[in-house]
Amino acid sequence: MAEPAVQEKQASSHEAVLEKISRFYRMGGNEVRALDEVSVSFARGSFWAILGASGSGKSTLLNLLGCLDRPSAGRYLLRGADVSQMDDDQLSEIRLRSIGFIFQSFNLLPQSTVAENIALPLYYQGWDPARSSQRARELATRVGLQERLDHRPMELSGGQQQRVAIARALANDPAILLADEPTGNLDSATSREIMQLLSELNEQGKTIIMVTHEEDIAAFASRRLYLKDGRIDRIEP
Amino acid sequence: MLIPSRKLREIRLGINSLLQHKLRSFLTMLGMVFGVGSVIAMLAVGEGASKEALDQPLEEESQQTTRTFMSIYGLLYEDELRIAQSFPQVLRTVPVKILRKVGRLGEHTMDLRLLGTTPGWFQLVRRPLIAGRALLPADLKNLANTVVLTEYGARRLLARENSIGQQLTLGGESFQVVGIVRSETGQGEGLQSPDQQIDAYIPLTTARARFGDIAVQFSAGSRSRELIELHQIIAEVDSTSQVTATASGIEVMLRRFHKKKDYSISVPLALLRQAEATKRTFNVVLGSIAGISLLVGGIGIMNIMLASVTERTREIGIRRAIGAKRRQIIRQFLIETMVLSTTGGLIGIAIGLLIPWLITLVAGMPTVVTSLSLLLSLGISLAVGIIFGLYPAVRAAKLDPIEALRHE
Ligand SMILES: Nc1ncnc2c1ncn2[C@@H]1O[C@H](COP(=O)(O)OP(=O)(O)OP(=O)(O)O)[C@@H](O)[C@H]1O
Ligand SMILES: [Mg+2]
Repeated sequence: MAEPAVQEKQASSHEAVLEKISRFYRMGGNEVRALDEVSVSFARGSFWAILGASGSGKSTLLNLLGCLDRPSAGRYLLRGADVSQMDDDQLSEIRLRSIGFIFQSFNLLPQSTVAENIALPLYYQGWDPARSSQRARELATRVGLQERLDHRPMELSGGQQQRVAIARALANDPAILLADEPTGNLDSATSREIMQLLSELNEQGKTIIMVTHEEDIAAFASRRLYLKDGRIDRIEP
Repeated sequence: MLIPSRKLREIRLGINSLLQHKLRSFLTMLGMVFGVGSVIAMLAVGEGASKEALDQPLEEESQQTTRTFMSIYGLLYEDELRIAQSFPQVLRTVPVKILRKVGRLGEHTMDLRLLGTTPGWFQLVRRPLIAGRALLPADLKNLANTVVLTEYGARRLLARENSIGQQLTLGGESFQVVGIVRSETGQGEGLQSPDQQIDAYIPLTTARARFGDIAVQFSAGSRSRELIELHQIIAEVDSTSQVTATASGIEVMLRRFHKKKDYSISVPLALLRQAEATKRTFNVVLGSIAGISLLVGGIGIMNIMLASVTERTREIGIRRAIGAKRRQIIRQFLIETMVLSTTGGLIGIAIGLLIPWLITLVAGMPTVVTSLSLLLSLGISLAVGIIFGLYPAVRAAKLDPIEALRHE
C-alpha cells in the first residue's frame, strides 16, 4: 500500500524520467545506437548540462526529451505522463503546452517581427491577438528586447536573436526549457549574458536541460551528465 | 461568432505571411494573373473570329461563306407564305417553278428549261452577273416579260452581251433579255440547286400568268399532265444550329396542309457538316491555345512554389517544433495559397476582360468572352495554384520536425 504512494511522490518531484531509453538509427544494413538504455531522472527546478564528444548522442537525447522524436525502446515520463507511446498529434500538443526549445541556430522566422516570433506558440494555443501581443511585449521586456519588438531577426545580433528565441520558448510557460548548444554560435561575452539569463530563469523555478561542448558553459548548471557512445559515462555531482 | 473570428484570424495570418514574402507572392500571382488573363483573352479573340466566320451578318452578301438552306419539293404558293410567316428563324424563302418551253432567239430555236423565281434567288444562290441585270421586284409586280439568261443558256442560244435588250420568244410569248448570269460552278455551296441545266430565269408571277400551273410530265415513256404550283421552296435559316429543328418544324406544318405526301424536305447535310467542321477546327485551335496558356501559367506558379520549398520546409520545422500539428500546417498553407490564387485569378479575369475590350476598340476585331472561358481558366488556375502551393507544405508537414529543421 505504501509503495505506490512513494512512487507517486517520486514521480511528482521529477520533471522528466527516462527509463532505459534507446534510440537506434538504421543506416543501410547496420544500426547506429545513438542512445543505448539511458536511465536518468531530472528533478523539478534543476539545471542540467549534457556534455560529451561529438556524436555521443547529446542532441538525440535532447530531441527525445523535447518530444521532437520518439524512442526506439524504453519509457519516458514527463510530469508522470508516459509520452513514449504518443502519436504525432499528442506529441505536438505536449510540445505546445509543456516544452520550450532553444536551438543553436536560433530558428526564428526570418520574415516575422520579434513580437510575432515570440507570440508564435500563443497563436497555436489559440490566444486572441491582443492578449498574445501583450504577452509578447512582457516576454521581450523579460529578455531585454522591449525596444526591438518590430525588428526582424536579421536586424539583430546573434545574442539578441537568441534572446528572442528564449522569449519564444518561455511564451507557453513550459515545464522544461531545453537548449541545444544555445551559445554555440555566440562569442564568449554574449554567451555569458545568455547563460546569466538562463540561470535567472532557473532561479525562478524553470527546469533547464542544456547541451554544450564547453566546460565553462556547463559550469552554470548545477548538474552535469556526460555521454559516451550513447551511454551515460558519469553524472556530476 | 467564435468560428468565423477564428477563420478570419487564419485568413489575416495568411495575408500577413503573403505580405512578408512579397516577391514570392507577387511572382506566383503573376503566373496566375497571366495564366487566367491570357486564356480568357485568347479564347475571346478566337471565339470572336469563329463567330464571325460562322454567322456572317446579312449585309455582307458578297463575302459570305456559309449559309443555311433547306429545299422542299412539290409545293403550293401558300406553302411559301406559311413557312415565311410561321418560323421567325427563317430569314428568307425563295419559291422555284421549273418549266420547259420552246425558245427562239434570232435564228436559233431550241427546247429551253426555264426557272420561274423571285429576285431573292439571286441573293440566295449568288449567280454573279456577266451582263445586264438580274430579276427585280418590279418585274414580278408588273408581270413583266423579262428573262435573264444563264451562261449555259446563253451559250446554247449563241447569245452575247449585245443580246441584252433583244426579244426571246418563249412558248409563243415574247420576253426581253435583261441580263446574263454565271451558271453554277459545280462545287457550289452544297445546296442541290435546281438550276444546273437551266437556260433562263423569268419572274415567277409572269410564269404563272403566261403558262399556268399545269406541267407535262414525262416518265417511263408515258406522258401525264399534273398540277404543280411550285417545284421547290428554298428556306434560309439564320444559324446552322437551327437547321435541323426548323426542318422538322416545316415538315410538321406541311403534313397538316398536304393530304398526301407530295413533298419532300432536304437538308443540305454536307453544308451543315462543313459548318460543324469549321466550328470543330476553331474549337481545337482555341482549346490548344487555352491549354498551352494554362500550362505556361501553371508551370510559372509551380516553379515559384517549388523554389520556395527549402525556405518553407524550415519554416514548417520551426512551427512543428513549437507545437503546430500537421493539419494546422496544411490548413495554414491551404489558406495562404487560396488567398493568393483567388486574388491572382480575379485580377486575371479583370485583365482577361480588359484585353479583348481593347482589341475590339483598337483593332476593331470582334471578341466574345464566354462564361465557360472564365470558369475554365479560373478553375484550372486555382487548381494548379492550390496543388502546387500545398505540395511543399504537405511534404514538409509529413517530415519529422527534426528533419524539417535540418533541411538545407
Ligand atoms: N537522422 C539520423 N540518421 C542516422 N543517424 C543519426 C541521425 N541523427 C543522429 N544520428 C547519429 O546518432 C549519433 C548521435 O548523434 P547526435 O546528433 O545526438 O550527436 P551529438 O552528441 O549531438 O553530436 P554533436 O556534438 O556533433 O552535435 C551520431 O552517430 C549520429 O551520426
Ligand atoms: Mg548535437
